[in-house]
Amino acid sequence: MLAKRIIPCLDVTDGRVVKGVNFLELRDAGDPVEIAKRYDDQGADELTFLDITASSDNRGLILGIIEQVASQVFIPLTVGGGVREVDDVRRLLNAGADKVSINTSAVLNPQLVADAAGRFGSQCIVVAIDAKQVGDHWEVFTHGGRKATGINAVDWARKMVALGAGELLVTSMDRDGTRVGFNLPLNRAISDAVDVPIIASGGVGNLMHLVEGVKEGGADAVLAASIFHYGEFTVRQAKEYMREHDIEVRL
Amino acid sequence: MIDIAVVDYGMGNLRSVAKALEHVAPDHRVVVTSDPAEIEAAGRVVFPGQGAMPDCVRELDARGLREAVIAAAADKPFLGICIGLQLLFEHSEEGDVAGLGIIPGQVKRFAAADMHDAVGSKLKVPHMGWNQVYQSGKHPLWAGIEQGARFYYVHSYYVQPQDAAIEAGYSEYPARFTSCVARNNIFAVQFHPEKSQHDGLQLLANFVRWNGVSN
Repeated sequence: MLAKRIIPCLDVTDGRVVKGVNFLELRDAGDPVEIAKRYDDQGADELTFLDITASSDNRGLILGIIEQVASQVFIPLTVGGGVREVDDVRRLLNAGADKVSINTSAVLNPQLVADAAGRFGSQCIVVAIDAKQVGDHWEVFTHGGRKATGINAVDWARKMVALGAGELLVTSMDRDGTRVGFNLPLNRAISDAVDVPIIASGGVGNLMHLVEGVKEGGADAVLAASIFHYGEFTVRQAKEYMREHDIEVRL
Repeated sequence: MIDIAVVDYGMGNLRSVAKALEHVAPDHRVVVTSDPAEIEAAGRVVFPGQGAMPDCVRELDARGLREAVIAAAADKPFLGICIGLQLLFEHSEEGDVAGLGIIPGQVKRFAAADMHDAVGSKLKVPHMGWNQVYQSGKHPLWAGIEQGARFYYVHSYYVQPQDAAIEAGYSEYPARFTSCVARNNIFAVQFHPEKSQHDGLQLLANFVRWNGVSN
């Protein structure tokens, strides 16, 4: 049976892994290549790198990091952050990424998703949706959660899949970095709305949250950062815990 | 002398495949190439592929690689990966396109709407992630790999060989489907060994040592 995936996420800025709370207050967590190797050893199913480098000067750093990781770690690598055009996708794939995650640019230019999927295949195009509760629904936010778009997140998920997204990374902006658990209704609503796999992200503080993401949120994969970065849990411990709760994992 | 040629027809990322081969065979010369002469000169050939099958067929022909691939599949140790498996078949439902016709059979799509797991959850398409691979019989490429080992998949279509005897491995999603075929010098897999950690590297290492005899 297909296993549910655990994906450690590495937020990278200026060549270092960092972690913030609600996208603010960044804290250094170490060297990306070393951290990637550690998670691979622990049995991570994939790795996601989000380039949150603000200055364009240091943007190229991520390519070198991906090249180094890809020659030592043989599991799928997803890279996102600052992907604006088809050529950015090509550069990341050539550096060794298997999938590229598109976020803000998909909102500014939805055709980018169609063009990138048409050129490289849906299997390597992930659309990242940052959503926040607004009234009785969830709305898509961009620019690292700073800008409201007025777009309904569930409608947006359907549209992105129709354009060619092969997978959706759904982050609850209300929960990110808070360690209180995924926004389960948000994940469930999007998972039920589309046929492609979804990755739940934002808010993991303990291992039960991962179980809930799969069982209640309908996630095909769960993404977490801080519970792994600071040595609180290993990926292996997380998988053993999920297996104890009758979730199929790769161990 | 080229030891291993990775066929490059502009579809998908071949860097991962080449890196993984270099990792398991540091003393071999691995070349990513779209030159038919280099494919002909190589001792063994890896035929990967990503994206949509109609695009793959078109790009393969645009580079004049069809004959070189068919020739390699006739007598060299030959490893097909993902679309490189599907392309060996006669026909695909994806774009209603003809493949290379090296292996009799069809390529079909998973029926997304009807697929549920044992507890009733909807199964997604593409079939993406780590699934167990059951070996249908003994083969040199399975050396050191356990029955039911997990490999990384990402695909929406699967192969249906006419001759069930060429099945080398299968997975379940939720129904059983053929995910590996072996015939003489050809071994081809739907999953991505280059992304399947230890077991994937083991399979590639086995391929590098394989004499091209399946039976």
